[in-house]
Amino acid sequence: MSEYSGIRGTVWFRALTGQSLSMPGDPKSVLTADAPLGNDHARFLCVVPDPHARFPCARHGEVGLEEAVTLATRVREVIENEKNTIKRPIVAIVDVKSQAYGRREETAAIFLAAAAAADAYGSARLAGHPVIALVVGHALSGAFLTHGYQANRILAFDDDGVMIHAMHKEAAARVTRRSVDELEKLAKEIAPMSYDIRDYAKLGLLYKLLHVENPEKPSQQEIRNVESELIAAIADARGGPVDLRNRLESVAARETRKASILVRTKLAAQWLEN
Amino acid sequence: MSSKGYSADFINRQSFIELDARERAKALFDEGTSRELVGPFDRVESLWLPMQGVTPQEDDGCVVMKGKIAAQAAVVVALEGAFQGGSIGEVSGAKMTAALDLACADNEKGIRTSAVILLETGGVRLQEANLGLAAIAELMGSILALRKHASVICLTAGTVGCFGGMSLAAGLASYVVMTREARLGMNGPEVIEQENGVEEFDSSDRALIWAIHGGEQRYAMGLADALVDDDAPQVADFIRSFVSKGVPPVNRSSQVALYRDRIAKLDTSRQWDPKEFRALWSVNGLKEGKR
Amino acid sequence: MEQIEFNYPAKRKVPKRAHVGVVGSGDLEVLLEPSEGEVSHVFIRTSVDGFRDAWKAVLDRFFAKYDGAVRIEINDAGATPGIVHLRLEQAVEVSER
Repeated sequence: MSEYSGIRGTVWFRALTGQSLSMPGDPKSVLTADAPLGNDHARFLCVVPDPHARFPCARHGEVGLEEAVTLATRVREVIENEKNTIKRPIVAIVDVKSQAYGRREETAAIFLAAAAAADAYGSARLAGHPVIALVVGHALSGAFLTHGYQANRILAFDDDGVMIHAMHKEAAARVTRRSVDELEKLAKEIAPMSYDIRDYAKLGLLYKLLHVENPEKPSQQEIRNVESELIAAIADARGGPVDLRNRLESVAARETRKASILVRTKLAAQWLEN
Repeated sequence: MSSKGYSADFINRQSFIELDARERAKALFDEGTSRELVGPFDRVESLWLPMQGVTPQEDDGCVVMKGKIAAQAAVVVALEGAFQGGSIGEVSGAKMTAALDLACADNEKGIRTSAVILLETGGVRLQEANLGLAAIAELMGSILALRKHASVICLTAGTVGCFGGMSLAAGLASYVVMTREARLGMNGPEVIEQENGVEEFDSSDRALIWAIHGGEQRYAMGLADALVDDDAPQVADFIRSFVSKGVPPVNRSSQVALYRDRIAKLDTSRQWDPKEFRALWSVNGLKEGKR
Repeated sequence: MEQIEFNYPAKRKVPKRAHVGVVGSGDLEVLLEPSEGEVSHVFIRTSVDGFRDAWKAVLDRFFAKYDGAVRIEINDAGATPGIVHLRLEQAVEVSER
């Protein structure tokens, strides 16, 4: 149920764009399509499993070298082509198992490939493109930093199949020398450690939690609702600054990210020469 | 001098690696120009660590100092590798981002202000998981904004190195400076061995670790801009030069076509000797005038 | 995590505050600040429970020679008494510079 299934990305990409393919020449693990969204013509991107991927450690929905540079390419394309026109929205549909864990990846500097994708998304945002992340499944660690976390607005479904976190439960339990049960118990008391998306929502980073009865088989009405929410998020992004301050200014953030806010206040006060 | 004795260079060396975060940060500034902001006596510590029986540190493992480097305004943010492995928590992450945002605001007012980030970190602090991860994402956004105006220099000296989500921050930097001892990569050897087995990465093989992640390798691949000795004055010299250099003509992380092409050309049917990348990437890079 | 407090008599003013150390494994940080009055206060937070007596022994020894009026905060991650004493002396040295 909370296991990564790898289907949600494809399901929602098809639902929102009517398409289901990668662009010619691109690896099959990155789906890219331009499709209408409200009055806009948005670019949608999604990383999906490709069991025949060239890199053995990136065959089950991981974000690896090829995925990262392809995302970077397809996002940069939008920035380059629209320097003097309307800034189209860019929608990252997110259901990613993790980053790719491999010797080839480390040798060929996956950290830089990932940075290139994040650079593209972040630069698009700074250039005025509304960048929206729709988390339909898993959004873990380096994979989410690469694909989605530079968005102006983040939306997520509210079911148990959705998980945003820094490390999978089993690995986190091993590293912190606890049992998975102990970790889950601790996570219930400590909001930022929770694996429950409803607790994540309390951190003030999400724009909205959306309810879909069965995210792997959405109804036409549910798809239309999600589209409306995306359109609203785009309008909200367009009406605000291009930076990420909304993640600190939300109602929830003012409650759970008090220390972050205090740091900013104190640092600003001490910044000027006395 | 006898070739069996220790050279004067070695004796007089002032190790940078042996300095703690505060001392490292201080060493980079023009003499007498630095002061610490939101230091230990401000007592902005982690809310989350005491809840789990972990003793917090009053600066949350992140030192922010402001002053002049090569007579130019600069802010240095230094992670303390000895505290929780330099991992990013809510407060340490917020300090880094706020410092860069304030530097960016100064640039917009016409005061050229660079940032130097000292990275000794394994990435996200698991005890603060989602707030650590979010902080890294926000820091990355701030690096992107600041680096348009002034140089953002990432320095990794060891012994912790720079791993996890913070490796992406290094990837966004205007300049990367490393020692031979330092390492830079997204996933450490233990994590890879854990996820994909010892054949994929034997985490006990120290030679392999440095061959892939080490400073000399990264520099030779063209992914670091300087390889420095573990000598504080030399490190400070290089930092001064990169502050003065200003914004590079092109950022590594923006050269998507170059890296896409390089990755497409890789033969994925085998593991590689990392040394192959020294000729493959850096020589090509120099030829094309790229980074 | 355990919180421990001690008080000691103090005789003289201390010139300035000092911070030394890192909360690394087997280490501690010390925040030393001048205080008013004739009592020095020590506040300890340690991740290793059950060593109150050992802390008292180290601090008794320290304050037997030190008469500054201070507020000392310690954040400890399992330092030995030897390291604790070293850090306290370092803090004093910095505060008297």
